[in-house]
Amino acid sequence: MENMEMMNAVLADPFAYARKLQKDTGRKIIGYMCSYAPEEIIFAAGAHPLRLFSSGRNILAADGHLQSYCCSLVRGVLENALTGNYDFLDGMIFPHTCDSVQRLSDIWRLNIPHGFHCDVVLPVKLDTVSARQYMQDVLRLFCADLEKTLQVKISVSGLRQSIALFNEIRTALQKLYALKNNYPEMISGKDLYTILKAAAVMERNDYLKNLQALIKEFSGTTVRIDKPVSRRLLLTGGVCSHPDVYTMIEEAGGTVVDDDLCTGARYFSGIIADTSDPIAALADRYCARAICPAKHQASNTRAENILQKVKAGNVAGVIFLLLKFCDPHAFDYPYLKAALDKAGIPNILIEIEDQLLAQGQTKTRIEAFLENL
Amino acid sequence: MAENDPEKEKRKIKSVKKMKAIMTKYYRQAKLAWLTRKKVAWITSGGPVEPLIAMDIIPVYPENHGAMIGASKMGRDLCGKSETMGYASDLCSYARADISCAPLKGGPIGGLPKPNMLICCNNICGTVLKWYEIQARYFRVPLFILDTPFCHTQFTKEASQYVRLQINEYIAFLENICKKKMDYDRMKEVGRLSVEGQRLWQNVLDTACHKPAPLSAFDAFFHLALIVTLRGTQIAVDYYKELLAEMRARITGGIGAVSTEKYRLLWDNLPIWYRTKWLSEKFAAADTCLVADTYTSAWCGALQYIDENNFLNSMAEGYSRIYLNIGIDEMARQVVNMIDKYDVDGLVMHSNRSCKPYSFGQLDIQRIVREKRGLPSLMLEADMVDERYFSESQIATRIDAFMEMVKERKGS
Repeated sequence: MENMEMMNAVLADPFAYARKLQKDTGRKIIGYMCSYAPEEIIFAAGAHPLRLFSSGRNILAADGHLQSYCCSLVRGVLENALTGNYDFLDGMIFPHTCDSVQRLSDIWRLNIPHGFHCDVVLPVKLDTVSARQYMQDVLRLFCADLEKTLQVKISVSGLRQSIALFNEIRTALQKLYALKNNYPEMISGKDLYTILKAAAVMERNDYLKNLQALIKEFSGTTVRIDKPVSRRLLLTGGVCSHPDVYTMIEEAGGTVVDDDLCTGARYFSGIIADTSDPIAALADRYCARAICPAKHQASNTRAENILQKVKAGNVAGVIFLLLKFCDPHAFDYPYLKAALDKAGIPNILIEIEDQLLAQGQTKTRIEAFLENL
Repeated sequence: MAENDPEKEKRKIKSVKKMKAIMTKYYRQAKLAWLTRKKVAWITSGGPVEPLIAMDIIPVYPENHGAMIGASKMGRDLCGKSETMGYASDLCSYARADISCAPLKGGPIGGLPKPNMLICCNNICGTVLKWYEIQARYFRVPLFILDTPFCHTQFTKEASQYVRLQINEYIAFLENICKKKMDYDRMKEVGRLSVEGQRLWQNVLDTACHKPAPLSAFDAFFHLALIVTLRGTQIAVDYYKELLAEMRARITGGIGAVSTEKYRLLWDNLPIWYRTKWLSEKFAAADTCLVADTYTSAWCGALQYIDENNFLNSMAEGYSRIYLNIGIDEMARQVVNMIDKYDVDGLVMHSNRSCKPYSFGQLDIQRIVREKRGLPSLMLEADMVDERYFSESQIATRIDAFMEMVKERKGS
């Protein structure tokens, strides 16, 4: 599995990978933190979109800007920025999501001297005609901002090519998840996690080649077990930065067959239509794809989406991974739990921090949950 | 003894009684809406209430309700109950208290009247979006969201068009529920009254420029209720006219909120509702008046963008550019302006666990204030409603140490 090894190597030090890419190809590296970042536009502008994760360091410098009741993801990313870990970034973009990221954007703009800074003030509601129009307007503004800052021209054909590439990546990831769903033992959770994370780090053409090769390899493996013995689980939450969670689940006799995560299925849900107005098509995907709880569609959308996944994936139990101090997810938890309870789907809430996982406690809880399934 | 202390009697703001009567009547009418067949809308504190008034819909404010819960010291209990419903203890305590109040009919007024619709404007936070989604599911009523794009550094032409279109959608939403058309003449009049009310409120707050200040931020926290709940009505206009006259009379009579006012401070963030009296007395004992705050002025801070003769068109910008929907550098600029305007000696910041958009960025604002004006500042860690996050001994010690600094600086 040399493709898997390669992705593991990239993720061992994503910043080193990005620095090398920048040096070797001269491409500008543009950071972002959220699956609403229009990567397709960044790529079409000849730059490389790099998703930032915090690197597990202690928070020291960020304490001077953000109180302790801010989530560890936002604090961790700011820590990296303040200590120079991101000094290779040519720019950073902030799509509008939650209150904490919105303030992080201000703090970044005022305190991080290197690279350009750009707010992409997306609409919060996604279910009206005017919101869809505004979504297009904002994406067009973003194109204009990038063209000006990077001194490039983003052409319609360039955008369409970029969209085609990202569509291929998304289609391949959907295929990968379908494989995992059908033959859970074929792909380990840790590998699945790595593959998804690499999608936001690697040069996208290289990534697609790797991904397609991996899918071929997986499909050809003989470990297919047609009657899975593991208990089938779904993960839901925001950003998961803990591959160990998957391992703990597998050691306890479970397997993750699907998810509703920002770093998982929400990233690749929805394909962008190939039309003469690529920006409108991009906007349409954002309005239609599975939503982050910081955005609004009809008030029941997330529960419906999760229940549908549970049914389609023959899921036995749901694990909520709640990043401490993540307001949008914490507000949604009771209603999602109630919907699952009503449908008779066992579920458990595990509170996580972005940097450190409480190994012992998390393991015990996962084991207890799986024993009772 | 304190009851008939003539000095204390003289210092009491007489309008308080009237204010209480207006608020009692307002809540009684709202609670009896089912009898009078009037529709009730729940609306966020920064939301555009004017179209509701013009449509004869009774606006009710869950955030005002949250403040009442806090002030009646019922926050601990109700927030605790929301936790048993599955809500994390670090979520906004207004939201937690209100959410647990709905099924329990708890709180100081036995719960808010049931809404016929929910109006949520996200110009103050993303929390209200989640809160109103929860209530929309609970009460099974329609929810209208007025999405005001965040103005980090600018209010774009595109954002302006988007908000303006939504105001039309908002009015159509109301017309559909009420089964009647908007009366645009009435709307014009409500818009005019709203602007007049906001102007009067600003005038009331401005009287604190005088030394000694005739009212403190703690008084403003109380008298704020009408500009929030009855903005756009003649009642609010009449009340603030009276309050303004009383403040002017206090200035003429040399009556200050703190009789021994030597030091003047600016407050940032929401009040600590269950400890306003304690804090007010604590500062007064140090000859200190908190003369102004960034919170109560938020209801008149966007006046510059509103054209009273063209209210519906200009309110898009007015509602989008309020204090919490702007970047922290712009917030710092406004804080510095207030420091100069009210001639204060220091800044007290409430680092409020409940309000992330208000609190994140405070450390940068603190630094900017120090650089620009060299003023001492104090950061108090607490929560606006949930008493469990308030440590009296720790806060008392920090206030004492801070006041030493303020005194030393002013003395030198």
